[in-house]
Amino acid sequence: MKGRYKYSLSYLCCFLTGASILLKVEASRSTIRPQILLPLFVSPSRSSMADSASQSRSRDLDKLLLRSGNLVGPTFEPGTELRDALNEFVRVLVIGAGGLGCELLKDLAFSGFRNLEVIDMDRIEVTNLNRQFLFRLGDVGKPKAEVAAKRVMERVSGVDIKPHFCRIEDKPISFYNDFHIIVLGLDSVEARSYINSVACSFLEYDSDDNPREESIKPMVDGGTEGFKGHARIIMPGVTPCFECTIWLFPPQVKFPLCTLAETPRTAAHCIEYAHLIKWDEAHSGKTFDPDDPEHMQWVYSEAVKRAELFGIPGVTYSLTQGVVKNIIPAIASTNAIISAACALETLKVVSGCSKTLTNYLTYNGVEGLHTKVTEFVRDKDCLVCGPGVLIELETSVTLKKFIDLLEDHPKLLLTRVSVTYRGKNLYMQAPPVLEEMTRSNLDLPLFELVSKTPRDIVHVTGAAGKGDTKQSCSRKLRVVFKGMDVDMAGGA
Amino acid sequence: MAEPKVKYDRQLRIWGEQGQAALEKASICLLNCGPTGSETLKNLVLGGVGSITVVDGSKVEVGDLGNNFMVDESSVGESKAKCVCAFLQELNDVVKAKFIEDFPEELIETNPSFFSQFTLVIATQLVSDSMVKLDRICREANIILIFARSYGLMGFVRIGVKEHTVIESKPDHFLDDLRLNNPWPELTRFTETIDLNTTDAVVHKHTPYIIILVKIAEEWANTHGGNLPSTREEKRQFKDLIKSKMITIDEENYKEAMEASFKVFSPRGIAGANLQKIIDDGGTEIDSNSSDFWVMVAALKEFIANEGGGETPLEGSIPDMTSSTELYVNLQKNYQAKAEADFLVMERRIGNLLKKIGRDPASISKTNIKSFSKNARKLAVCRYRLIEEEFNSPVQPELQKYLMDEDHGTLQEANSLKVLPENTAAGLYILLRAADRFAVNYNKFPGQFDGVMDEDISRLKTTAVGLLNDLGCNSSALSEDLINEMCRYGASELHAVAAFVGGVASQEVIKLITRQFIPMSGTFIFNGIDNKSQLLLL
Repeated sequence: MKGRYKYSLSYLCCFLTGASILLKVEASRSTIRPQILLPLFVSPSRSSMADSASQSRSRDLDKLLLRSGNLVGPTFEPGTELRDALNEFVRVLVIGAGGLGCELLKDLAFSGFRNLEVIDMDRIEVTNLNRQFLFRLGDVGKPKAEVAAKRVMERVSGVDIKPHFCRIEDKPISFYNDFHIIVLGLDSVEARSYINSVACSFLEYDSDDNPREESIKPMVDGGTEGFKGHARIIMPGVTPCFECTIWLFPPQVKFPLCTLAETPRTAAHCIEYAHLIKWDEAHSGKTFDPDDPEHMQWVYSEAVKRAELFGIPGVTYSLTQGVVKNIIPAIASTNAIISAACALETLKVVSGCSKTLTNYLTYNGVEGLHTKVTEFVRDKDCLVCGPGVLIELETSVTLKKFIDLLEDHPKLLLTRVSVTYRGKNLYMQAPPVLEEMTRSNLDLPLFELVSKTPRDIVHVTGAAGKGDTKQSCSRKLRVVFKGMDVDMAGGA
Repeated sequence: MAEPKVKYDRQLRIWGEQGQAALEKASICLLNCGPTGSETLKNLVLGGVGSITVVDGSKVEVGDLGNNFMVDESSVGESKAKCVCAFLQELNDVVKAKFIEDFPEELIETNPSFFSQFTLVIATQLVSDSMVKLDRICREANIILIFARSYGLMGFVRIGVKEHTVIESKPDHFLDDLRLNNPWPELTRFTETIDLNTTDAVVHKHTPYIIILVKIAEEWANTHGGNLPSTREEKRQFKDLIKSKMITIDEENYKEAMEASFKVFSPRGIAGANLQKIIDDGGTEIDSNSSDFWVMVAALKEFIANEGGGETPLEGSIPDMTSSTELYVNLQKNYQAKAEADFLVMERRIGNLLKKIGRDPASISKTNIKSFSKNARKLAVCRYRLIEEEFNSPVQPELQKYLMDEDHGTLQEANSLKVLPENTAAGLYILLRAADRFAVNYNKFPGQFDGVMDEDISRLKTTAVGLLNDLGCNSSALSEDLINEMCRYGASELHAVAAFVGGVASQEVIKLITRQFIPMSGTFIFNGIDNKSQLLLL
């Protein structure tokens, strides 16, 4: 039955790239209420299967999707066509199958989405079981994405969830462009930053430097820590992207090495001494593995020795793990709250069935219950969601020279750069087979490689930053060739 | 580590072994196991509560398959309580799970003593009348109650308990208890052994800021008639005084001292603090019926008036700061010794008070007294009105304030750009109650069935206006759009809304059972339209 409504890949592609999917971006004051307008092309046989209200699986959701309202998105068109379009057409990617991801998959599956994919590189651990409700003790060791997808499909019939057991960087950038919306259930700033840079790399600007609606890849991001959490909507080019408000995630404070070595005062200092200094002294060349219980035990007993030496109280095995692995406490309830908020916003952004969050929700249950909505603003000069860093080049500059240039560019500081132009790989660092295939381009002028286009967007990926703060990223560059006829206004 | 300890590791880091033990002792009853109820309970079963009892009289319908994860196709026609209970058991086999196939409304009417066996009752999707009745039953039996309800894009969560007292409120940000402006004799003596004018550069830059500030505060007081800085100018001068003691400009300990100088300026004792209110409010007279908490508050009041000299027992811990190991550890010991001494005084006073009211002087454990002494400045007391009182006579000025929308009228143009009025949450609250009244009159919820929307909208409007008049409020505050919206919802229970509401309810349950952190006050209205939810203090 389901097969009838599946579309061939090429069919789907034409919807993704064509004009049928429109992002209606509408501005009132600084408030932006974006939404995806869905194509109403679903087979009539499906639509006419109007189920009698109480006997329908979508009994409750239908109230929201089939009935008109006044407090809705500007292009909301209630009806069975909308419901069926959500069911059959919209593709949602969930990043992370952990505390948030498990909840998100369930919540999205019950919000009318049937084409879900989930990506997670982790395997199930015993410490996940207090909140990641799709996993059982017998699942420990199995890939999270696979088990989570299977469990939700078992219980919510009609839902198709494709799991990806890999790192987010392992997928080609084009993989991410295949989804209408990306929902993030992550616990790391680096991973959020990477996905954000990927989603923003799809963004195109018109000649007036306004974002092209059809190129906007919406993201809904959630995060929790203990009793606190946040949910936000990111519409690249319209609302602040992750990088515009990166100050919301201050870097973790590290102890100065001299404190650890000379004037330890706390249990954590003793633990970090054992972990960062003593380990290397005692195990020449052997890397510390936080997941190896023997390694952890060694650090713990060394920390105890040091604490005893200085009369410092409080070193426990649990604290040792917490400090070394930088464990963030996590509970089921907060994950449920934040995921539910994200799933609901996803439904509203896609269907327009209600107003949406503008644009950042914080939840704090420590002292009483506090929720707050903040409307953050974009950083107009953002390197990631802005129109792109302007690079002026001579037409003679080779691809190799161009890559070297990015390394020294003060705003970019990019190393291990791969370059793509209009979906074509100009140079790829990895895998080796691609590297070999593209290596010969290095000595060719970039101008030739971009078919002598005077100015255009070139996408690069690589590692940004200096020293040990490097992280994967994707950047959009506006390359302009000097001396070429550039009277087409392109914004600067 | 044993397996359960590993399994609960991430939550033990929040509420500790004691909190976990309280959860494992708790016996929880859930009324109605639609998505709101089953999601609430799911979060608690995962955390390892002792036992659950699921009460629901209905059978699983096809419609339930679209919003409830705990039922599946094979469940259709079966008892919903049974199916949900079976799934929940699968999540955590150490939880004792059972179900009762009965309608909660009937239990409330015919068997009120049923609820006395539980630690806590979670009542979901109950209409106003049943809420009012159950609230009375639980209040009389001293059972903790929490209501949770999802209705279209809105939600409602309310705690029902006469009084909830918290010792370990674990606030995120709380001023350290350092007594920089009111040092006890041993601390003064300790600081006297240290010379800030030492010429040893290494010693100088490893003197902890506590010592720096205690000494400079004393120096200041000596030259200012015993007073500490109070004006902005004086505070600036005080910081300059700290700066003048630096040998080089990169001395971290002196920078920390300047940043922490506000701790010197903060008032001594408990004047103006939340604790003052608690002491004034409950600690007057205690008798044999008083709870341990109030007995300890009475002892605390005595302590502050006597040994404390206006201060509470010392907390006893110090934050990390630049220092030599030796000075830091010795300072830490000094604080701990004072805290221990204060605890012993508290223990003696509590013993005496217990004797006076005819209880065993050792009936409050040392652990509890120690925790109370340590957290004395952070105590919290939450009280909740009977829901009947809130429904019949809400706090008038508050309700008026919530219903008032400053932008009202200007943003009501019928265009799609309009911003939701600020009073939306309060409007939803009124309309949910109006919907219940509607249900009593018309035997269905507004918009529950298709085809009669216009009639339902006008009937709901009339009902809501009637309700507002009964509450003595001006009814013009309700927007037509919101009335419309409420009818559109037609009493639907959307999964994502239920998961949010259930998440909130379960988090409050955890705070209530562990007696850690501070539960919400008032009535929480989830606004799923633009997420501007609100706590209404009615």
